[in-house]
Amino acid sequence: MTGALEFRDPDRAGRLVDRLEALVADTGPLRVMHVCGSHEEAIAEFGLRSVLPEGLTVAMGPGCPVCVTDLPEVDEAVALAKAGHTVATYGDMVRVPGTESSLADASAAGANVRTVYSAGEAVDLAEELDREVVFFATGFETTAAPTATVLREGPPSNFSVLSAHKYVPPAMDVVAGHPDTRVDGFLAAGHAATITGTDPFEGVVERHDLPVVVGGFEPLDVLLGLVRLVEDVRDGTATVTNAYPRCVSDAGNPAAQAALWEVFERVPGEWRGIAEVPDATLRIREAYAGYDARRRFDIETPDDDRTTDCICGEIMAGRAGPEDCPLFGEECTPQNPVGACMVSDEGPCRITREYGGRR
Amino acid sequence: MCLGIPGEVLEIDGQEARADFRGAEKWVRIDVVGDDLSVGDYVLNHAGFAIRKIPEEQVERTVELYEQAATGGEPG
Repeated sequence: MTGALEFRDPDRAGRLVDRLEALVADTGPLRVMHVCGSHEEAIAEFGLRSVLPEGLTVAMGPGCPVCVTDLPEVDEAVALAKAGHTVATYGDMVRVPGTESSLADASAAGANVRTVYSAGEAVDLAEELDREVVFFATGFETTAAPTATVLREGPPSNFSVLSAHKYVPPAMDVVAGHPDTRVDGFLAAGHAATITGTDPFEGVVERHDLPVVVGGFEPLDVLLGLVRLVEDVRDGTATVTNAYPRCVSDAGNPAAQAALWEVFERVPGEWRGIAEVPDATLRIREAYAGYDARRRFDIETPDDDRTTDCICGEIMAGRAGPEDCPLFGEECTPQNPVGACMVSDEGPCRITREYGGRR
Repeated sequence: MCLGIPGEVLEIDGQEARADFRGAEKWVRIDVVGDDLSVGDYVLNHAGFAIRKIPEEQVERTVELYEQAATGGEPG
């Protein structure tokens, strides 16, 4: 197979940047938004913002799954851990602060919190342990489909799922519709689209008259996606373009979708700090209610009394940047995060702290 | 959590495959990959699950896409 170098070739990158320069000279200043933590990581890691044309702003949207997991959802996981159950979750979630404490705090106080790499590992844990294992399941389509797959297989009876899974396209609608957010086009997340295909973005295009380009994660993939997006903005073309065809097809992965929608349904839910999104939180369907931790346990959580100056929500909605936050780098650091955006490897604040600011 | 990594399938055992991810070998689940897999195929892996078989011809085509975009050509 073609080596990674072909996706990172500096000569091609330079020519794509030249092409962007020429396009932006035509269009004038514009602001596009990506909706994926991995896009932000690629952009920051490879220093792409420093080579992009002055007039092209690439804003971060609600694409970090850890960051959009709502505070009460974290509180539920902490309450279950404190109640004596084993809580298994992805590594990023452990340090996300809840109202009173994080899972890491609960663990330090004696609760049983385990980091897993996959939904399958959480099931393995339930098979090994003679106690309740709750999988605190976070993330978008790419992690929700695996969670659905393990539930369909009939995991052991001491296994359950606390779902904080979310579905991306409706959140793009909310952000695009916000009066204070300027978005000229979306760079959509290639991996979520690997599951769903490009079809779900058609509605976003129609409702907001904006182009959507599905892009990959190698530096040249990101630049290619931006070139296609800026071309669409220049031409006034509001369509869905697939700039990541090696991983994404129009219809996506039907096997993964079948699992996803057999187990989950879309319900209204809060995306942390952003808004209640009408149909973008994934709840376990009645047929799998036996594995739903919210139905199995009586979960008592503290009252939500958010008083912090953290502006995570504004950042995730693309209305502010990390450096606009009064806590950034002062009270809030990767070692002592106040908001989820500073915890996750995909969090905008963490990435900005690690790789530097916009310019 | 959302890091998708391509890997080459080295061995298949039921619903799992051992794959080489740029030097690191790992077993991944292949029950939602949605395609028949053989040793030598490339898969996109996500949180322990292969979610897409990556067609070889599409990888070659990617390089063409870069070239077209760089030269201002229309996507083919």
